[in-house]
Amino acid sequence: MIYKMTRRAALAGVASIAMIAAGATSALAEGWKPQKPIEMVIMAGQGGGADRIARLFQSIIQKENLASMPVLPVNKGGGSGAEALRYLKDSEGDAHKIMATLNSYYTTPLRTDIGVDIEEFTPIARMAIDTFVLWVNADSDVQTLDDFVAAVKASGGEWKMGGTGTGQEDSLVTAMLEKEFGIKVTYVPFGGGGDVAKNVVGGHVDSSVNNPSEAMGFYKAGKMRPIMALTPERIAVFPDTPTARELGHDIVYSMQRSFVGPKDMPAEAVAYYTEMFRMVSETEEWKTYTADNSLNADFLTGDALQAYFLEEREKHAAILAAMGSDGSS
Amino acid sequence: MDTLALLADGFATSLSPLNLMIVILGVTAGLFIGAMPGLGSVNGVAIVLPLTFIVPPSSAIILLCAIYYGAMYGGAISSILLGIPGASTAVATTFDGRPMAQQGKAGLALIAAAVASFVGGTISVLLFTLFAVPLADLALAFGPAEEFALVLLAFTTFVGLGGDDKLKTVIMICLGLVLSTVGLDLISGQPRLIFGDLPGFYAGISFLVLAIGVYGIGEILYTIETSRTAPQVTPAKITLRDLGDGVRTMNKMWRTMSLGSFLGFFVGMLPAAGATPAALMAYGIARSTSKNPKSFGKGNIEGVAAPETANNAASTGSLLPMLTLGIPGSPTTALLLGGMVMWGLMPGPMLFIEQPDFVWGLISSLYTANFAAVAINIALIPLFVWALRMPFTVLCALVIVLCIVGGFAPSQKMHDVWLIAGFGVAGYLLRKADYPLAPLVLALVLGPLMEKSFRQTLISEQGNILAFVERPLSGTFIAIAVLFFVLPLVKYLRKGGARSIAPAE
Repeated sequence: MIYKMTRRAALAGVASIAMIAAGATSALAEGWKPQKPIEMVIMAGQGGGADRIARLFQSIIQKENLASMPVLPVNKGGGSGAEALRYLKDSEGDAHKIMATLNSYYTTPLRTDIGVDIEEFTPIARMAIDTFVLWVNADSDVQTLDDFVAAVKASGGEWKMGGTGTGQEDSLVTAMLEKEFGIKVTYVPFGGGGDVAKNVVGGHVDSSVNNPSEAMGFYKAGKMRPIMALTPERIAVFPDTPTARELGHDIVYSMQRSFVGPKDMPAEAVAYYTEMFRMVSETEEWKTYTADNSLNADFLTGDALQAYFLEEREKHAAILAAMGSDGSS
Repeated sequence: MDTLALLADGFATSLSPLNLMIVILGVTAGLFIGAMPGLGSVNGVAIVLPLTFIVPPSSAIILLCAIYYGAMYGGAISSILLGIPGASTAVATTFDGRPMAQQGKAGLALIAAAVASFVGGTISVLLFTLFAVPLADLALAFGPAEEFALVLLAFTTFVGLGGDDKLKTVIMICLGLVLSTVGLDLISGQPRLIFGDLPGFYAGISFLVLAIGVYGIGEILYTIETSRTAPQVTPAKITLRDLGDGVRTMNKMWRTMSLGSFLGFFVGMLPAAGATPAALMAYGIARSTSKNPKSFGKGNIEGVAAPETANNAASTGSLLPMLTLGIPGSPTTALLLGGMVMWGLMPGPMLFIEQPDFVWGLISSLYTANFAAVAINIALIPLFVWALRMPFTVLCALVIVLCIVGGFAPSQKMHDVWLIAGFGVAGYLLRKADYPLAPLVLALVLGPLMEKSFRQTLISEQGNILAFVERPLSGTFIAIAVLFFVLPLVKYLRKGGARSIAPAE
């Protein structure tokens, strides 16, 4: 046993020496540095858009040596991200925890009584704005928006729209579609966007409003069909898919992909992470990814980011109020 | 033929000196990471991820898979020797592995675990090689209704044909299900059963905390009581002959091991499940199909073989949806997915067509990783067994320390340590009252999955409960589940009833 422990300690020792050595060459060698691995909390389940992006960041940070300690992504997607929000709230002052957010950052605290006020959290950086597309299974007869509306109406309310947790972005977009077209669907919540896409392809739900990155693999394999983009302009990777505006319906919705820290995160740590993400945003890998997945890489930090969060929270409060308090329609 | 040619190309990649070295290194590191309570393959892979950027992508993923595989083997070691699951996937291995160690058969149990892991790994890699692409379609056929039916089936294998008192088993399952609802509601996000506003309960109760409590601490308390005069941990020795005997014993268990392999691969393949449920289900099925179910939980070697084949098979199985659908089946495969995105590989239906070198290099390395893991593991068994020769008074303190560290490490909250202490005492009392503990752990693992899939099905079918039986796949599972439940009743009626009403003792 003792021998075993020693071996393990030796292994751990070698690993940490390797990390420290790697960190020393980093451009961030001066000033505050993380003392232990950085926990990257993800507000969503595995395989969804938020998860993929967070894991991509982890890989970029480690490949380019942008942090002196390893980054450990942790999924806490339960209850539309409530699990992650509450976790961050309970980590007050912690300099080694950052959270990857999506729009449920606004909606979940508004809809539940988990005692979280996002104004207390520390904004770090907004990396990108993600887009939404209406999808159906490629074997479906639905080719256009008109087909979609007709099919939903014909189903008498039994058309199944898959999406992330109730009250999260997907359900908001669904509610907007219902209102705009005077239709009624059955909204089926899943743990993450990857799960949703799989259930569209498997035929367990009829449609979804996945982000492009979540459906891209299936789209390329010819298993999912984009019907309409909920963006101001056509999405470059889907040049033949019309936007809602082109079709005469003013529905535009987007999702921020940002990072925040817990309340009272030390200022030096905030500066460290802000700089780290600024460097990430300038890497080739990130530029390629944003282009391939039609993400708008709009970098924003500090007070401007906090102002953006609060403004978006107001907007979402209004959307939720229009939908009914629990967020389901 | 086409597959074989591609695989041969793959072997050209995985048998290169660099990759062979990487496999051996990865498997050894994984073995120790897995054996350490609180450190699982997730941590191992996460920590090593940065090192992988200095080698080509195919070598990098081989390293990560080797660690993943090694950790699956390693998890069994502390489950057997100390009764603390080394990794979440090895929970079921404690059920019979620990009693075997107490009877002085630790060496045999470790050999059984290694051989079973090897068989499970090999059968599942073969399945992967031959059927990866068509099987991906099967994973797609699994919607919420099917998931629910499968979980229900897992529960009935524990109740129906098990050796324990049925009423007590049902009580323990219900208790586990109640514990599984603690935390935030999966669908609405509302907090449930948080005991006022205790922050620690928001994250729910981790089943690893429960397992470490009831098996680690509870077991130690029980042993202290029963062995006040003579420490009963028999110092185990192991010789080459024992090794041969062990392998021969395993040779008789093909039925259990192949069942475990297929089940493990299949359950691992479903994005929502993973290796832990797979191991627990394999244990339940091995017990319910055994001629002697009462010997399970008391040191039956099949109780070690079944979960160990299944968890290794499942770890291969969970690579399948990750590679073919881009949906990771376990936390570790999610990390692998991140690495692949970074290397510019897009996991999904096109990967097999666009990147055959990468895919087949990976598959062939699973074969080499498996061979390396079983060889290294068996070579180290004497060392592990030697650890048990220390006096019980020392071992006992060491186990308690490891329980606390193992419980604290994943979440780094004292909350979990207190829970472990509480569950330890509860586990001790339940054991004295002869309540089975395995169903409790099973219910906590599968409860959230069961609840979520049940609610999703009812939502999507407008509350039509018949949906579960109307769909062919889920209908079949439910029919088998009902059969498992009814069969003992029939047996009981045939026997004439009255006699078996007496208490189980």
